Amino acid sequence: MKFLCVRCDEPMAFEKAEGPEEGSLAVTFACARCGARFALLTNPWETQLVRTLGVRIGGRRVPPEPMELVRGTLVQQRDPEPAPADVRAAAPVWTAEASQRLERVPEFVRPMARQAIERYATEQGYREITVRVVDEARARYMP
Amino acid sequence: MAGLGNGKETKMKRYREIVGDGGSAVLAQVQEQRARVESRLARVRHVVAVASGKGGVGKSVVVANLAASLTQQGRRVGVLDGDLNGPAIARMLGVGHQTLRVERDHAAPAIGPLGIKVVSMALLLPRDDTPVIWEAPTQDDAYVWRGTMEASAAREFLADVEWGELDYLFIDLPPGAERLPHLAGLLAGRVRGAVVTIPSQVSRMIVAKAVVLARTAGIDMFGEVENMAGYVCPRCGAVGDLFPGDDAEAAATSLGLPSLGTIPFDPRIALCADRGDPFIAVYPDTAAAEAFAAVASRLDALLEACG
Ligand SMILES: Nc1ncnc2c1ncn2[C@@H]1O[C@H](COP(=O)(O)OP(=O)(O)O)[C@@H](O)[C@H]1O
Ligand SMILES: [Mg+2]
Ligand SMILES: [Zn+2]
Repeated sequence: MKFLCVRCDEPMAFEKAEGPEEGSLAVTFACARCGARFALLTNPWETQLVRTLGVRIGGRRVPPEPMELVRGTLVQQRDPEPAPADVRAAAPVWTAEASQRLERVPEFVRPMARQAIERYATEQGYREITVRVVDEARARYMP
Repeated sequence: MAGLGNGKETKMKRYREIVGDGGSAVLAQVQEQRARVESRLARVRHVVAVASGKGGVGKSVVVANLAASLTQQGRRVGVLDGDLNGPAIARMLGVGHQTLRVERDHAAPAIGPLGIKVVSMALLLPRDDTPVIWEAPTQDDAYVWRGTMEASAAREFLADVEWGELDYLFIDLPPGAERLPHLAGLLAGRVRGAVVTIPSQVSRMIVAKAVVLARTAGIDMFGEVENMAGYVCPRCGAVGDLFPGDDAEAAATSLGLPSLGTIPFDPRIALCADRGDPFIAVYPDTAAAEAFAAVASRLDALLEACG
């Protein structure tokens, strides 16, 4: 899909993608000439199509996790192999408030979001995941 | 919209006149996925997709036993279970209880008793009777996504599993040929195909469709294995007809494929498959084990000759 500013006859540039939230992605495009902006809001089927292709509109900051799509989409699955004890001991702890925040993420992307936030926290050397850390991770991965 | 076509609007740029995608980067990611598949398979010498016309002809059993025979002949072998909804290979190769190990940047295959590497949906499902259900906007829509999700899952297995050095990677396809064109697109020029049939006219008629479709998709089909060709008497070892009036060579020729050989029906094959024991190792001196070894040698010779 490409977007064209009809007034300027100029291709519009991708600005940002948000979501999925309640099954919808919000993808914003802007015209560099006249500044016009508009958002593409996907319905659940379109959202699913994008997801099934294994792509992120606007590209990815971090490469996909191995088996991210299958593990994020398969409804019933085996518990993953337990992580070695030393890795788990070093994992950052979630505050109650931050956990609540995670609960607002749609269930099917929650494990992925949790992993991404934990990874971010570990990279940054945080021992605790607070709401602020969640916001920082969000800004980093889904600007 | 013809009525709206005044001079001004017809000058509007069209899709092909716009260079790039404005930063959505979707196409670039699709290309990146393909590149990852290619680099994962860089150390695999032969990728062999095994197809059949109908289900139940013994395709999975043949793949499992060929993998075992080739391993015994000193080849390094991996098997990717492409039958996502009817995964059987993991159980047959004795890794049904293992879990797919997902590391930081790759997934690692399960390793069976003979050292055969196996990746299957079965390594992800909690129980043997768990069906594959994909997330969908509503479960009523789930069937709509099945095809797309299955193609994506197959791609993800190929892109993320690190097989290491292999002489052979077998892909056990689901019955029918629907997956072949997609596979050809992903593995352009890297995959060859073989088919498994049984000596019945109906089986042949259906498998012919798979062969034609595969060739149309540009896959080099190099051979046919005929399974359940004759019945081995467990008492005296004599081989009798299971399907009367058959000629495997003539049949393979009619598909335009070299025959890789025939495998007799032997109940112990099914028994071993159910238990996850390698039949050719448990019953090495049987006609069926010799038949598997012969097919493996022929396949090896054929593919080594094409380099
Ligand atoms: N040559 C054979 N002798 C005995 N049983 C066989 C033979 N080939 C296949 N079977 C059995 O037939 C059934 C179907 O085989 P399977 O490999 O699952 O078929 P497919 O993969 O083509 O659907 C299995 O129970 C298998 O053990
Ligand atoms: Mg099968
Ligand atoms: Zn404009």
